[in-house]
Amino acid sequence: MNPRRKKRLTIVLSVLAGIGLIIGLVLYALSQNIDLFYTPYEVVHGKDDTGVKPTIGQRIRVGGLVVAGSVKRDEDSLKVQFDLTNKGEIMTIKYDGILPDLFREGQGIIANGSLIDQTVLEASEVLAKHDENYMPKEIADSLGEGHEAPKYSDEQLEKGY
Amino acid sequence: MWKWLHPYANPEVSYHFTGKLIPWFSKLTFVLLTIGIIWALLFVPADYQQGNSFRIFYLHVPAAMLSMGIYVGMAIAALSSLVWQIKLADASAAAMAPVGAVMTAIALFTGAAWGRPTWGTWWIWDARLTSELILLFLYLGVIALHNAFEDKTLAGKAAGILSLVGVVNIPIIKYSVEWWNTLHQGSTVSKLGAPSMSSEMYWPFLVCLLGFVCFISWVICIRFRNEVLARNAMRPWVRDYVKNVEVR
Repeated sequence: MNPRRKKRLTIVLSVLAGIGLIIGLVLYALSQNIDLFYTPYEVVHGKDDTGVKPTIGQRIRVGGLVVAGSVKRDEDSLKVQFDLTNKGEIMTIKYDGILPDLFREGQGIIANGSLIDQTVLEASEVLAKHDENYMPKEIADSLGEGHEAPKYSDEQLEKGY
Repeated sequence: MWKWLHPYANPEVSYHFTGKLIPWFSKLTFVLLTIGIIWALLFVPADYQQGNSFRIFYLHVPAAMLSMGIYVGMAIAALSSLVWQIKLADASAAAMAPVGAVMTAIALFTGAAWGRPTWGTWWIWDARLTSELILLFLYLGVIALHNAFEDKTLAGKAAGILSLVGVVNIPIIKYSVEWWNTLHQGSTVSKLGAPSMSSEMYWPFLVCLLGFVCFISWVICIRFRNEVLARNAMRPWVRDYVKNVEVR
């Protein structure tokens, strides 16, 4: 390679390396803030490396798996309460609104709202997190992962929710 | 080592070479996309949780993969243009940018349309979605710079620097779902390891992906030829070529 090309290549590559380093450091510094949500374990024990815990009243997102048998629906309104779990810690989510279609026990859920007690979140939005596994119904049934639609009361169905 | 590549730095040779490729890419695109889309939409079984809405996977994933792939290709072209000052590399980078931007837009749009029924929201500012949106803005910036200067060499240099700087975004998009907690799920298909989907869903995906690859190659070849002609309009070979071309 002739010297001029070599020089240009060195300049381009070192600029690239410099930018990569800067972006890497910025992302590393921001890494806690880029996380979309806290897990219930992090709410109780703090984030892994910084130990930052959310304070009561703070608006946060909490992501975890819905505990089987914990979903309690109010018969007269859309109010619903359920527990999210991760690494043995449990958080209670209170929500008043329509749950996404994928909501069911054992499903990954992200709830967005404010913390009203150390382990209670009043959610204004509930999103279902889908995993990367796709399979036809027959295979899922043979694995015992059949999908159950959420149960609504007759009144809710009449109202069209 | 690179001797075989040298003739293709000549615009005339490249122009005629890509001209020979176009009919192959166009035929392959029609065959593969027809088979792939019909297979994916009509014959693949529905997903056990999402039902039929998962079928958007067959557009979303190829478009998202290619949005990153085209960007890497464009950055490599920009690097060779900056270091070796190959003029054709600029023309190919200019040809690739809009195609990549469209692929990014398709990935964002199909993702939003799928996110609404599945997640419960069109958009969320998580790491994967945000970095893919930044990729769209990078593409738009590169396109704008290519068109901002009368002098194509200068334009190529400016756009090339932006595309090289933007390349740090590619690993961020790719690994965002592993580095941070995101709403977007992890990769279903990757180059290493078995896909997290059953094989009857995976095969039509490969056909669709290959169809998309042929489609973008086809469009990029056409755009590349136009760029070459526009940039060499004063050369004798272009004049002779245009004089002798059959008017249809």
